[in-house]
Amino acid sequence: MKLKKLIELIEGNLLTDHSTDNIEIKGAMGADLMSDVLTSIKPESVLLTGLCNPQVVRTAQIADIRAIVFVRGKNPAQEAINLANEENIPLITTTLGLFDTCGILFQEGLPSFETQTEDDCAP
Amino acid sequence: MTPIQPEISDKRAETITKTEELAYELRIHEVMTKDVHSLSPDIKMEEALEIFQKERFSGAPVEQDGELIGILSIEDLIHALRENHIDALVREYMTTQMTTVRKHDPVVEALKTFARTNYGRLPVLDENGKLAGIITKGDITNGLLKALQRNYQEEELIRYRASHLFEDIVSGRTSLILRYDIRKGDFIHGGNASSNIKRALLRLGASPQVARRCGIAVYEAEMNLIIHTNHGGTLRIEIEPHKITMEAYDDGPGIEDVEEAMRPGFSTATNEVREMGFGAGMGLVNIKRCVDEMRLISSKDRGTNLYMIMYLNDTDENPQTVN
Repeated sequence: MKLKKLIELIEGNLLTDHSTDNIEIKGAMGADLMSDVLTSIKPESVLLTGLCNPQVVRTAQIADIRAIVFVRGKNPAQEAINLANEENIPLITTTLGLFDTCGILFQEGLPSFETQTEDDCAP
Repeated sequence: MTPIQPEISDKRAETITKTEELAYELRIHEVMTKDVHSLSPDIKMEEALEIFQKERFSGAPVEQDGELIGILSIEDLIHALRENHIDALVREYMTTQMTTVRKHDPVVEALKTFARTNYGRLPVLDENGKLAGIITKGDITNGLLKALQRNYQEEELIRYRASHLFEDIVSGRTSLILRYDIRKGDFIHGGNASSNIKRALLRLGASPQVARRCGIAVYEAEMNLIIHTNHGGTLRIEIEPHKITMEAYDDGPGIEDVEEAMRPGFSTATNEVREMGFGAGMGLVNIKRCVDEMRLISSKDRGTNLYMIMYLNDTDENPQTVN
């Protein structure tokens, strides 16, 4: 799914300086615990989260996450936005809740990119 | 009055030199137009005008029996039109006093000729004095741009060679060591070191999967230093051709029960830390899953040493993380 379409679907608002036309999102995961994200998310996905600090952007950069959606109308601090621009990770906010956001994207065919087993990171 | 010196920054000077160098390096035949439409001297000016309009030419060489005998330009056509002599032959109006350049000369010769004569195009001759092509200022611009692009790609190649560092340097045992001091409670910069480590690994040619796994492990370790230590600690990464050894060490307070610390979900983190999205007791578990080998040594007096080792060999790719 193109990021541009994703933003339209969740009535999101792009916070970073990105052109969203050509960013392809392959799946999604929703979580507030960064350790869970680091454990379970697959690369090239969007992270849906209610957590809103620079650590989220760092986590995204380390775990090859394509974009971050902040749910429940959360707005990250400017330093997180600056970091995201530096690391080339689009940030989006939506007033929708986590469950709604997940539901809409899942219904539109975006698959879960959260691994249930340990094979994501296992040697 | 003192002459005003044009201000040229180092950067600008560098690009000027590069283009100038290229103008000396590049040969005319490398940038000229080779497929030239030549005119016969015995067609009418009217016919030449039609060809010029159709092909959008602004000039063309005139050849007879394989010999260049002149050049016809728009100006010559205008000249004929003014004199109401459009059905005259090309040979009557063409320019025969030609300035030519040689195909093996450097491009700078053509540039000099353009500057001197104000012509729009110059016929290019080969060793035998036969027409080899035509060169315009546009051809030179294109040629220089292409050459600059080629140079740029060569620079990319040099950057790429960073990934061959270990092949280029021969020693009994070559390794690259990166060290980062991590401060206690420095959440703002938490993850900076791990980011840099991941980037360094990619630059050195590690696969995205390996870089990601090392990044995750070292990020968890970095957060542990920020969260749990007395004064922070150090990340030390040793990169060797066959393995990456990541170490996180601190001077306390040490872990009371290492076995318990390794249990998924066990955590001593404060609520503040949990609000940051960490401290759920998954860090060490996560590290263990990401690396090939992990050792945790800790004592109440000496602090904690965490070793994480990743073995690199081509057959041990990790297909699961490729999507």
